[in-house]
Amino acid sequence: MCATVGVPQALLYYKYFPLWSTFLDGLGAEVVVSGATTKKMINTGTSLGENELCLPVKVFFGHLVDLKDKADALFVPRVVSVEKRAYTCPKFLGLPDLARSVDGSLPDILDPVFNRRLSRRKYYEAILDFGKTFTRSKVRIIRAWRAGLAAQKTYEGRLEAGLTPMEAMAGEAAAPSGGSLRIGIAGHPYNIYDPYTSLNLIKKLHQWDIDVVTTEMLPAKVLHKEAGRLPKRLFWSYEQEVVGSVFHWLNTKSVDGIIYVLSFACGPDSLVQALLESETRRKGGMPLMSLVVDEHSGEAGMITRVEAFVDMLRWRRQ
Amino acid sequence: MKITFPHMGKLEMVLTDVFDRSGLDYIVPPKTTIKTLQLGVRHAPEFACLPLKITIGNFVEALGAGADTLLMAGGIGPCRFGYYAEIQKCVLRDAGYKFDMVVLEPPPAGLKPFVDTLKVLAPGKSIYEIWRLIKVSFRKARILDELEKYTLKYRAYEATRGTTTKAYKQALETMRPAISEDEIEAARAEAFAILEAVEKDMGRSCVKMGIIGEFYVLLEPFVNFDIEEYLGHMGISLERAVYLTDWISPSKENQISGISNDEVARAAKPYLNHFVGGEGLPSVGHTVLFAKEGFDGVLHLFPFTCMPDIIAKSILPRISKDFDIPTLSLVIDEQTGKAGVLTRIEAFIDLLTSKKAYKERKSLETVGSVR
Ligand code: SF4
Ligand code: SF4
Repeated sequence: MCATVGVPQALLYYKYFPLWSTFLDGLGAEVVVSGATTKKMINTGTSLGENELCLPVKVFFGHLVDLKDKADALFVPRVVSVEKRAYTCPKFLGLPDLARSVDGSLPDILDPVFNRRLSRRKYYEAILDFGKTFTRSKVRIIRAWRAGLAAQKTYEGRLEAGLTPMEAMAGEAAAPSGGSLRIGIAGHPYNIYDPYTSLNLIKKLHQWDIDVVTTEMLPAKVLHKEAGRLPKRLFWSYEQEVVGSVFHWLNTKSVDGIIYVLSFACGPDSLVQALLESETRRKGGMPLMSLVVDEHSGEAGMITRVEAFVDMLRWRRQ
Repeated sequence: MKITFPHMGKLEMVLTDVFDRSGLDYIVPPKTTIKTLQLGVRHAPEFACLPLKITIGNFVEALGAGADTLLMAGGIGPCRFGYYAEIQKCVLRDAGYKFDMVVLEPPPAGLKPFVDTLKVLAPGKSIYEIWRLIKVSFRKARILDELEKYTLKYRAYEATRGTTTKAYKQALETMRPAISEDEIEAARAEAFAILEAVEKDMGRSCVKMGIIGEFYVLLEPFVNFDIEEYLGHMGISLERAVYLTDWISPSKENQISGISNDEVARAAKPYLNHFVGGEGLPSVGHTVLFAKEGFDGVLHLFPFTCMPDIIAKSILPRISKDFDIPTLSLVIDEQTGKAGVLTRIEAFIDLLTSKKAYKERKSLETVGSVR
């Protein structure tokens, strides 16, 4: 089938790119990735997307348009669920349809369904169905998927070892540790790691001689266990991870402070913020700052706030 | 135990009917007003969707009036509604309120907890008695919805403005005291007779508008500025995608709108091929169906940041283009003012009216030329 498949460097790219690219590669597709987020992409996404959409989805639209002339088809999976009895976010459930609603004569949208709520058999049938658009060989599809899973495992291992997704994918070494402070950053990977929307938060902290740990760097088991302390289980998997990491840091006191990055108009985060702030108050002691990003957040304002937070942490340490 | 619950349109009538039957002591929260909204905004998370804020306001006011137990529905996602109860509990406890909370989780979350909660709501009753009680009460609730549906459709045709609203209120009051099944059916006949007795001018050419969107905003007149009554008085005949009992009931039939979930999903499929929580899929599906049924336009209402319906809003322009049907999406939050909403709606009505007139002229011309 089609030669080049475009993968937008946005949203769940940060979570699953190694799986997706290895899988597509194994199916015989040539994978192209959109460029790093730019001001222009954000402007495009903002003008194409409805005003009330969250920033990450608008950024995603910008990346789709960036791929317009670079790919024969765009890879926009429908990631309904990544574990039993849970969902991702409604926007991910409708992402291929949102992509098709973008007015910009985009290439075809390839939308395999990943839904762990279904039985194992149905889950894999969906993957086979998708693979069939590339090859008639079932064996080849299965082999490609297995290779993808292996790549994903290696990737997640690297994250757990303390690498950011960019470092892990590029095979770089982790930033040196031993800083004067240690800050935990919780939030969706596409908010934390996108250098543009996060206004380079991690890099800045490193420059200020601060060690950074993020949600992805904690083992899944720990995240689940910690989030399990909520009176009612959260039905959004990724928010469970966010809650798990913050609860973990509050319990172990393994960081000096926590920055919780969330996007304006994010549905799940709007509630999780209340849970986290309440729990932090109850536990007492650990400073937590919520940093809300939207298309209008200016770098200057954010730096001032983070600087003030860091000063406070340093002062507390003395 | 003095139980209370949030307001959502006729929900109060339905729940108090159930409680009267089960013998539960309850307090109806004070009517939702601007003060309720302000209380909710003060306690609720800043970026939460509007229904959470107002329902928290209802709870604060009900606790002030002497309630000690809060009743709320649960849910299994993916929209925020399923987690409302947890957040309500969390912020109200943090604010120092003392209360118990009863969360009715839907059966898919576990049949046993569901039954256990029902037993709390009907103390000392057997499962069979509870089932009977709910069945009869629910039949009554459905009739309330049927009356509403009729009112939405025919208000536009009333000979004297205001007579339908008056009759509708009277019809609801006729239903209220009915207890036994026989009484309910008798009251139904009487209530419909009241509505049918309203003098109508059926020769009037009325614009037909479909209403879609997030259930809470659609069902709670305080939040939607009683838009349906306003539209009716403007001479617009309405049909709504979601009714209270269709929303509460787990049945897939949707007896009030008369369109099953499967039909809705099928209609939505070319545009939205998966459910996305809340009313996202119904909003899309019903728009297509309204278009196919020859409605003149579709009005879409939802709260700011509502995830399912912002997806629907993103998709509506495509449907609007494909079927040549105008749609208007209105986003509502705590700052939305009635005047602004009415201005936009008036412009929309003008558009629909002239479009309808144009179409009618056109069809007359074609009829003429055929002759
Ligand atoms: S989780 Fe929040 S930020 Fe992410 S897509 Fe959903 S609404 Fe947007
Ligand atoms: S449907 Fe929308 S407004 Fe209603 S609870 Fe869900 S996310 Fe909030």
